[in-house]
Amino acid sequence: MTSQNIRDQFPILNKKVHHLPLVYFDNAATTQKPQRVIDGIVEYYTNFNANIHRGVHVLAEESTSIWEQSRQEVASFFQADQQELIVTRNTTEALNILVRGWGEGNINEDDVVLVALSEHHSNFVPWQQLCLKKGAQFLTLPLAENGVINLAKTEQLFKQHKEHLRVVSLHHISNTLGTVTPIADVVQLLKDLDIREQVLLSVDVAQSAAHLPIHFHDSGVDAMAFSGHKMYAPMGVGGLFVTQKRLQEFEPVLFGGGMINTVMVDETTFASDTADRFTAGTPDVASLYGLAKACQFIKEVGWENIQKHEEELTQYALNQLHTFPEITVVGPQDVRDSQGNIVRLGSVAFLYDKVHAHDVAQILDRKGVAVRSGQHCTMPLHVSQGWMATTRASFAIYNTQSEVDVMIEALKDINTVFRRG
Amino acid sequence: MDDLYQEHILDHYQHPRHYGKLSGAKQSSDLANLSCGDGISVDVKLDDDGKIVDVAWEGSGCAISMASASVISEWAIGKTLAEVQGLTIEDISQKLGLKQISHSRIKCAYLFVHALQKVTDSKMTDSTQV
Repeated sequence: MTSQNIRDQFPILNKKVHHLPLVYFDNAATTQKPQRVIDGIVEYYTNFNANIHRGVHVLAEESTSIWEQSRQEVASFFQADQQELIVTRNTTEALNILVRGWGEGNINEDDVVLVALSEHHSNFVPWQQLCLKKGAQFLTLPLAENGVINLAKTEQLFKQHKEHLRVVSLHHISNTLGTVTPIADVVQLLKDLDIREQVLLSVDVAQSAAHLPIHFHDSGVDAMAFSGHKMYAPMGVGGLFVTQKRLQEFEPVLFGGGMINTVMVDETTFASDTADRFTAGTPDVASLYGLAKACQFIKEVGWENIQKHEEELTQYALNQLHTFPEITVVGPQDVRDSQGNIVRLGSVAFLYDKVHAHDVAQILDRKGVAVRSGQHCTMPLHVSQGWMATTRASFAIYNTQSEVDVMIEALKDINTVFRRG
Repeated sequence: MDDLYQEHILDHYQHPRHYGKLSGAKQSSDLANLSCGDGISVDVKLDDDGKIVDVAWEGSGCAISMASASVISEWAIGKTLAEVQGLTIEDISQKLGLKQISHSRIKCAYLFVHALQKVTDSKMTDSTQV
């Protein structure tokens, strides 16, 4: 599939902003949707709309079948068993369900929960609040100078809290720094210390699902949360993968229709099937159908093409941004480290000397370039580094080097606007 | 589209009026817009009628939040806190020389007014306590 073929599948890319072509670099917030995903939603509501399960009429059968098939496709996309998939609205809901469903029953006083300092608030606040409630210790993993997880200090912390460590919950790719966490190394550290079973290891793949192939089973983690809308699917659908073993320790969080087995006045028993047990109420069938279409799209483009494209584009943007004396890119300065490992991908956030990120973003918008400015829901990271706010350009499969050039030209306007230089 | 970065706004952003702190008897408040990383602190002196006789502010933020603080601080002298509190986004836009402020920048434009509002709130608390 050529770059133009890919772009042609995204109708919104033809949009003009301030009479200029849209350059959409806000993909870490949400990606645009290919035509097949948009068509999928229309197709569902045009031909199949009915509530799923327990309807014997044709539409209910068709709708149920779409739901089940879509669940299967999404699970296999992440190389997981569909019995391990809890469909949620997004990553935030997935992580909250993990904390409520597993954490409430398994975290006790003096237990230790570790997250990275660079976590999105959705992987930070739920665990922090649980720890406050339970009297458990909430600790943050320090970062190395370039912003990646500091493995040496991680090992040190693991050893220090070996007896009480119960949760390690990490982002795969940081939504602010773009840094890639070496999950396999973290798994190995836990195994080496013989605490792999004792610790629930959760990974937030919201920012990586569109950039790197995710293999739930091979990863060796217990839980994984993702959002469909950051991987070309509609908003309103995401998921939480939990291993069968950990699901045994899981309690339902949402009660109501669809998740029960029997309901008596003084007692209720819950469905044993994961698909039912953790999905109370009518789910968003059309969006899950759209997510399955998005998975098909990614598979068609192919991981090899995606990784090559995103590595080249991220490095190109980094190289161009490095030419500005006023700009400091946060996180690693290159995609790969000196050993050749990919240490960042997808997002590039930066500081512009003496100009607030909102003003940078506003000036870029005047040239049709959509970026995000602020703290990107990573306030602990920003505060620890003394950053007021950063400007973030984040890329997807349809972005091009010539679009990066448009952003670079627009950045040159900043000094003109502020009468500097 | 209005030019957000017109001369009037840039002038106030780069040469903010009433910037600093007041000494002596005063009412103060701090306010942060955490999602943006903006922060502002305001000192205000009121006369016996509750009118603002002097105001000073310090802060960091985007051009809109800082220019708005500068413009409104000039205007606020001689007004009551209630009058400042009564400012609508249309009023602020007009004082900044803009026809309108886009939804995403409303919080920026209101930062100073909200900080002054906190002074009023604390003053009301104080008088309640008295």
